[in-house]
Amino acid sequence: MIKIFIPRDMLAIALGADEVAEAIVLEAAVQKISVQIIRNSSRGMAWLEPLVEVETPKGRVGYGGVKMKDVKGLFAAKFYEGGKHELGQGLVEEIPFLKNQERLTFARAGITDPVSLTDYIAHGGFEGLKKALTLSGSDIVKEVQESGLRGRGGAGFPTGLKWKTVNEVKADQKYVCCNADEGDSGTFADRMIMEGDPFLLIEGMIIAALAGGATKGYIYCRSEYPYAISTLKEAIAIATNAKWLGQNIQGTEHCFTLEVRRGAGAYICGEETAMLESLEGKRGMVRAKPPIPALVGLFGKPTIINNVLSFCAVPFILARGAKAYADYGMGRSRGTMPFQLGGNLERGGIVEKAFGITLRELVEDFGGGPYMGKPLRAVQLGGPLGAYVGANQLDLKMDYETLSANGAMLGHGGIVVFDTTVDMAQQARFAMEFCAIESCGKCTPCRIGSTRGVEVIDKIVAGENRDANLLLLEDLCQTMTDGSLCAMGGLTPMPVMSAVKHFPEDFDKPTRLAAE
Amino acid sequence: MAKKHTLIDINSSKADPAVAIAARYGNKPDALLEILHDLQQELGYVPEKSLPAIANALNISRAEAYGVATFYHDFHLDPIGKHVIKICQAEACQSAGGMQVIAALEKGLKVKLGQTTSDGLVTLEAVYCLGLCPMGPAALIDGKPKAAIKPNTVDALIKELVS
Repeated sequence: MIKIFIPRDMLAIALGADEVAEAIVLEAAVQKISVQIIRNSSRGMAWLEPLVEVETPKGRVGYGGVKMKDVKGLFAAKFYEGGKHELGQGLVEEIPFLKNQERLTFARAGITDPVSLTDYIAHGGFEGLKKALTLSGSDIVKEVQESGLRGRGGAGFPTGLKWKTVNEVKADQKYVCCNADEGDSGTFADRMIMEGDPFLLIEGMIIAALAGGATKGYIYCRSEYPYAISTLKEAIAIATNAKWLGQNIQGTEHCFTLEVRRGAGAYICGEETAMLESLEGKRGMVRAKPPIPALVGLFGKPTIINNVLSFCAVPFILARGAKAYADYGMGRSRGTMPFQLGGNLERGGIVEKAFGITLRELVEDFGGGPYMGKPLRAVQLGGPLGAYVGANQLDLKMDYETLSANGAMLGHGGIVVFDTTVDMAQQARFAMEFCAIESCGKCTPCRIGSTRGVEVIDKIVAGENRDANLLLLEDLCQTMTDGSLCAMGGLTPMPVMSAVKHFPEDFDKPTRLAAE
Repeated sequence: MAKKHTLIDINSSKADPAVAIAARYGNKPDALLEILHDLQQELGYVPEKSLPAIANALNISRAEAYGVATFYHDFHLDPIGKHVIKICQAEACQSAGGMQVIAALEKGLKVKLGQTTSDGLVTLEAVYCLGLCPMGPAALIDGKPKAAIKPNTVDALIKELVS
C-alpha cells in the first residue's frame, strides 16, 4: 500500500487539492495500484500547494502545484515510487524553505493527519499536558513566566503574568477564551493550526485552564474560516471521547469543557473585550479597561484570553521546560515566531524562526522577493494596523522592541510585500477607510476620525492645500492615537503616518506633475 | 430609494423557524450569533420578522436582537443572490492585483461590491482577509475557497457559477 499525502488545508483546497485527490484515487483504481490517501495538514509552503507527497524508503518525496490535468502524467512518471517529474520537489524535508526553519509550534505541520489522535500522540502530542497534570496551577504559571512567552496576538503582553492574575483571584467560575478572530490581512498561522493541528490548541487551552483554575473554555473563531471551525468541532469531539476533555481528564479530578463559537465578520471582535461581548451574544462593542478581563472577563468572571499561537507555544514549554523555549530568541523576545509571508512574494507561507531574524532574510532569502519581476517597494508588518516600511529598512531585526523603536510593530507576525506598482497614498487612504468600516463606533476619535481621515487624504492627493492638510492629517492621527479606546482607532494612524513618512512622494503627485 | 416600511408582528409566532433554532441552543442569549448564523443558513437571510421571536425565546429585548443582527457584516436582513462571491479586499490581496480582480468582477456581473445582480443570481461582497494571503487574490464562492484569481479568469469563474 502506497501512502500519498494531500493537504486538507483551506489554501490547498482553494488551489484544487480536493479535485487532485479525487483524480488520484480514480487513476489509481484504473491502474490497479493500491494507494492510501491521507489528507494531511499543510507544510506551509504556499506556492507549492497543492503539495502531493509520497512516502518512499528515503523519506517523503513531494510534487508541487499539482493540478488535475497533471495526475495522468504523474502516474506515467511513477510518482507513487518517487519517480522523476517536472513538478518534483525531491525530498520535502530537504527543501531549503522548510529545512532552514526552527519549528516548535509548527513541528507537526504537513506531517500528521489533523484529526488523528494517534498521529498527534505519536508525534509528541499531550506531553506538555501530561506534565501539567502533575503540577499545581501556580507551578504551571511559573514555567510559562520563565519561558518569557509573550502574547502572539499582537500586544505582546507576558502570557505568564496574565495567567498568574487569573490563578490568584478567587471566583466560583473562571473561563479560558481563545481569540481565533485572526482578522489581520496577511496572517494565517492561526487558521493553519486550527485546520492542521487542532489538538495542539486544545492541549494549550487545557494547560491554561489548569493554570488558572478554569473549567469552561471557548474558541472564538472568525466565520471566514469555515474549515477551521469544522475541524475544531471534530477534534473537540474526538478529544472529549478520549477523555482529554470533559469530566475527570485522564482520570484526574480536573474538568474542562470546550466550545467553538463563530464570529460574524466583524474585525473589531479580534479586540479582546469586543470578543467577550460577542461571545456573550452582543454587539462587538469594545469595553473600557480597567477592569481587565483577567479579573472581570466573560460573563463578568476572571478569564484567560490568549491568541491561538500563544496557547500553542505552551505545550512545548511544559514538555521541554521553560529554558528550552527561552533559549530561542533575543532580548525580551523569547522563543520562536511563526512569521507569515504573504502578498506579492515568490515563495509565501509560514516561516517559524527565533526572534531576531531580519526582515531581509524573511522576504528575500525565504520569500524570494516580489514575484512579478518588479522590485520590492514597501512591506506592511503586523496587519492593517501595522506600519509600512521601505526597501531601505529590510535589515530591521524582527523582535518586539526593535520594531517598536522603529515606529513599527510585530503584531500577529504578518508580513505583506508590495512591489513598485503600489500607490502608498491609496494604502494610507485604505487604512482609514477600513477603520471607518470596522470601527465599533463606541469612541469618537475612531468612529469620526477615520471618516475625516479618508476625506483629508483625498484632499492631499488632489493637491488641495496640501501642506495645511498634511498638518491636519498629522494632528488627526495624534488625536486618534491618544484618544481611542482600543487599538483599532489607536493604531490606524500607524500605517497612515508611516506611509506619509517613508513615501512622501506618493502624497504630492499633483504638485510634482504641475512642476514638471 | 427609501425602503418601504413594513409592520412587524411583535407577537412572535411559534411557527417561526427561529424558535426551533433557538431551542437547539437551549435558548441561551449568548448563543445569539450562532442562532442568526443557522437561521441565515436555512433561509438565506435573517428576516426582520424573526427577530421578535428570537428576542422572546432568549428573553432579550427586540432592540438587542436587532442591534446584533445589524452590527455584524455577515447577517443580511434582506434576501440575497442565489450565489455569493465574497472577494477579499484586504492589503495582501491588493498587493497581488486584488483591486483589478474586483474591477473585473464588477464589470462581469454589472454590479458594485455589496450588490446583487438584477436577475437575483449573484451577490458580490467584499471580505477582509480569508487567510489565503500568500496566493491571493482570494475569494469564497458559495463557501468554497478559491485562490490565485486573475482578472482574465474572472469571466470563466462567473460562467461556471451561473451555468
